[in-house]
Amino acid sequence: MKFEQAAGTNPIDRQKIIGQPTSRIDGPLKTTGTAPYAHERHGPNHGVVPNQSYGYILGAGIAKGRVASMDTQEAARAPGVLGIVTTLEQELLPPGQGIVANIFGGAEIRHYHQAIAVVMAETFEQARAAANMIRVDYDRADGRFDLATLAPQARVADESGKLKGEPFKVEVGDFAGAFAEAPVTVDATYTTADESHAMMEPFASIAAWEGEKLTVWTSNQMIAWSKGSLAKMLGMKPENVRLDSPFIGGGFGAKLWVRADAVLAALGAKKVGRPVRIAMQRPLVANNTSHRPATIQQVKLGATPDGRLTAFHHSSTSGNLPGGDVEVATQQSRLLYAAPNREIFMKLAVNDLPEGNAMRAPGEAPGLMVLEMAMDELAEKLGMDPVELRIVNDTQVDPEKPERPFSERHLVECLRRGAEEFGWNRRNPKPAQVRDGRWLVGMGMATGFRNSMATKSAARVRLQRDGSLVVETDMTDIGTGTYTILAQTAAEMMGLPLDRVTVRLGDSDDPASAGSGGQWGAANSTSGVYAACVKLRTAIAEKLGMDPTTADFTDGEVRAGNRSARLSDAGELMAEDRIEFGDLDKQYQQSTFAGHFCEVAVDSYTGEVRVHRMLAVCEAGRILNPVTARSQVIGGMTMGVGSALMEELAVDTRFGLFVNHDLAGYEVPVHADIPHQQVIFLDHPDDKANPLKAKGVGELGLCGVGAAVANAIYNATGVRVRDYPITLDKHLEKLPQVA
Amino acid sequence: MLAGSGAAVALTQAPGVQAQGSSGGAATPPTMPVSFTVNGKEAELTLDTRVTLLDALREHLELTGSKKGCDHGQCGACTVMVNGTRINSCLSLAVQHQGDEITTIEGLGTPDNLHPMQAAFVKHDGYQCGYCTPGQICSAVATLAEIRAGIPSHVQDDITAAPAFSAAELRERMSGNICRCGAYSNIVDAITEVAGA
Ligand code: FES
Ligand code: FES
Repeated sequence: MKFEQAAGTNPIDRQKIIGQPTSRIDGPLKTTGTAPYAHERHGPNHGVVPNQSYGYILGAGIAKGRVASMDTQEAARAPGVLGIVTTLEQELLPPGQGIVANIFGGAEIRHYHQAIAVVMAETFEQARAAANMIRVDYDRADGRFDLATLAPQARVADESGKLKGEPFKVEVGDFAGAFAEAPVTVDATYTTADESHAMMEPFASIAAWEGEKLTVWTSNQMIAWSKGSLAKMLGMKPENVRLDSPFIGGGFGAKLWVRADAVLAALGAKKVGRPVRIAMQRPLVANNTSHRPATIQQVKLGATPDGRLTAFHHSSTSGNLPGGDVEVATQQSRLLYAAPNREIFMKLAVNDLPEGNAMRAPGEAPGLMVLEMAMDELAEKLGMDPVELRIVNDTQVDPEKPERPFSERHLVECLRRGAEEFGWNRRNPKPAQVRDGRWLVGMGMATGFRNSMATKSAARVRLQRDGSLVVETDMTDIGTGTYTILAQTAAEMMGLPLDRVTVRLGDSDDPASAGSGGQWGAANSTSGVYAACVKLRTAIAEKLGMDPTTADFTDGEVRAGNRSARLSDAGELMAEDRIEFGDLDKQYQQSTFAGHFCEVAVDSYTGEVRVHRMLAVCEAGRILNPVTARSQVIGGMTMGVGSALMEELAVDTRFGLFVNHDLAGYEVPVHADIPHQQVIFLDHPDDKANPLKAKGVGELGLCGVGAAVANAIYNATGVRVRDYPITLDKHLEKLPQVA
Repeated sequence: MLAGSGAAVALTQAPGVQAQGSSGGAATPPTMPVSFTVNGKEAELTLDTRVTLLDALREHLELTGSKKGCDHGQCGACTVMVNGTRINSCLSLAVQHQGDEITTIEGLGTPDNLHPMQAAFVKHDGYQCGYCTPGQICSAVATLAEIRAGIPSHVQDDITAAPAFSAAELRERMSGNICRCGAYSNIVDAITEVAGA
């Protein structure tokens, strides 16, 4: 099905099941510990393949240089060891999709904890012990690790965010002239930190060979991409690779790609002639895999006294391995606010740290942390309410292409509704005025913005003899609620109760979906199921001798004219289709919007920040399931608190690694950091987006939150900290005197 | 007492491990028998002394409900109850648990017969990816028992008074269980419902 024109009325609009608050259908499995995650598919009861052995990865102890020699003799003789694969016996594998780091092979080390060996043994303990017996000699080379030092040599990135093509800058009007003339200006530099996905389930895979064929049970967000990627890395035909990933213990972008766990399980299994199971040990995750790169950003805003932006500059510098991408932190700035004179670009500094790559809301997350802090600074200079400043600068068209409107854009409503719900009028615009005992109390807000991406997605639906339905697609559920919303979609389309629908996910043998990433999963994968269901409805109606165009599917029955039949009367039928898109997303900018509001208290003695209240008002088209959508948003809000207050991979600029590479050293929000969170969804189905009229929320919930927290801290303390995360040491000395 | 003697035995065998390592013999590593009950069922195992309680459950008893998020006592995903007290099962060796009574997520309820805490997590969507969830639920059940037992916490105003069921208490006591998906707000709602029941 090709989606080329705005959606008319369709069966989804009934909203009997879609749009209704619905508990996750996989909830009973997840809450009882019976949902099978990758590393758990062993043993007589839930094993996917017998005779599994354990693999343990050894990471490089240098960031740059060469492995001079490896002595594996002692390890090879250690109890239980079945075999060892070292990087010296394997040619460098070709890069997988989306990755520039060396995954395995060759003597060259390009980042710290690059995998250099995998040890297979009968037990986990034996594999781990033996891995530690491998003696490695390195020739260490100097590396480039400090972004601040590298920034002056950073080069302007091309339009794709790399250093290959022409440097790309958005230049509209005359920024320099307008900025020089603007009566009110802000010009400041900000930094955001390297961040780790820190999903709770480490990378994990089981690999088994059957002749030429490889099966990998794994934890991966993008099955079709990763199947092709693994085949490419291992020099195989894609049809000989099968991936299966029904449950994923979080990914946040880290599991978009194939990483060392899958590759080394496959190589290891070949070596020892047995299936190999690997969970990457937690201390290896941060440096072996990827992270959100730190940024240094500059914002220059010029405005008239009534708050209208006349000059807008946003630039960002980040680092990455050679060939890597820039962190697209200025992405939202091209679309968020009207301003006639604009200058936007990004710079990339080549470094030798672990690979920077996509982490939840890549670009927008750090970009809005900065832009929305700068807007707060501008509001204060203007003596204007920060909410009003955003409203005055709202745009209904793409600021670079005014002939191109937004499909739906109700940011103003998000902001007004949020201000009202949150009691924004109680905020004292003058900072450091509100005290509650020893606490300084403040409120802040920020705009949230993230694009909605249309991408093809396929599914198969099978009507069973008993009239129940099975949905099959390689789509993944990374906590997003995919199982439930696909079941809701199919149930709505076929007129079945939810419990008559079974959903099977994550198997590369099933039709290729959009996958989970970039908050595109929900809207596109449900549209793929919609397309398959439309086909199945036609097949059923034809089988029953009814007119497919008028047949109504309700309550397990099909009705047309004055005839009706049970769905089960059609017998077993199968339909497969995919949604594809025309150019509506070129004609119309499709985005999602939020107003984020936050209240914090700062301990006037210690500088400790406590978040007291949080609210998000979101516009993201039709909300498919308010329960799971809300969870996506509060999860984003929680991660936003982390970015604002604590998350930072600390770079050892001498040795080129992230020092705090585990869950003790890398701090993420815990229960005590997070208050009750309120989420409101506006109801604006987007008929230009897809047949579901839905857009994503998984990243929107994070976008802007960090700035809302930071602005609240400023409102509480009067101290502006422009270097994230805002740990107490950065403002303690400057806090108002304790009386 | 039993755990103590287990540790002592492991210690005396440690030199043996080293000798095997350096002599290069592929002899089996030292093992010890251990028996405990898990979810009311007797388990008798002979284990490599390095096996953690978490891996005994996950790898040897196929009770994979308890999760391994870090293996270092940093995340809480492996939380189980031992003799009624919650612990990070990755932080103790299986052989320390001779005679112990262990309750895992599988012992609380099943998909067809959920424990009230499990049902409350489903109702309040107290999870997303589900990987921290068994640990959160075990921790939540134990937390309510700890409050009932009058065990004080750092957020109490009066440490000598009986602790109350408040959101602040729950947040403090649950802070050893990380949820990177950020379901905290919903988890507190779920536990609050059970606490009030
Ligand atoms: S696995 Fe035990 S605390 Fe993380
Ligand atoms: S539900 Fe994913 S970490 Fe808690």
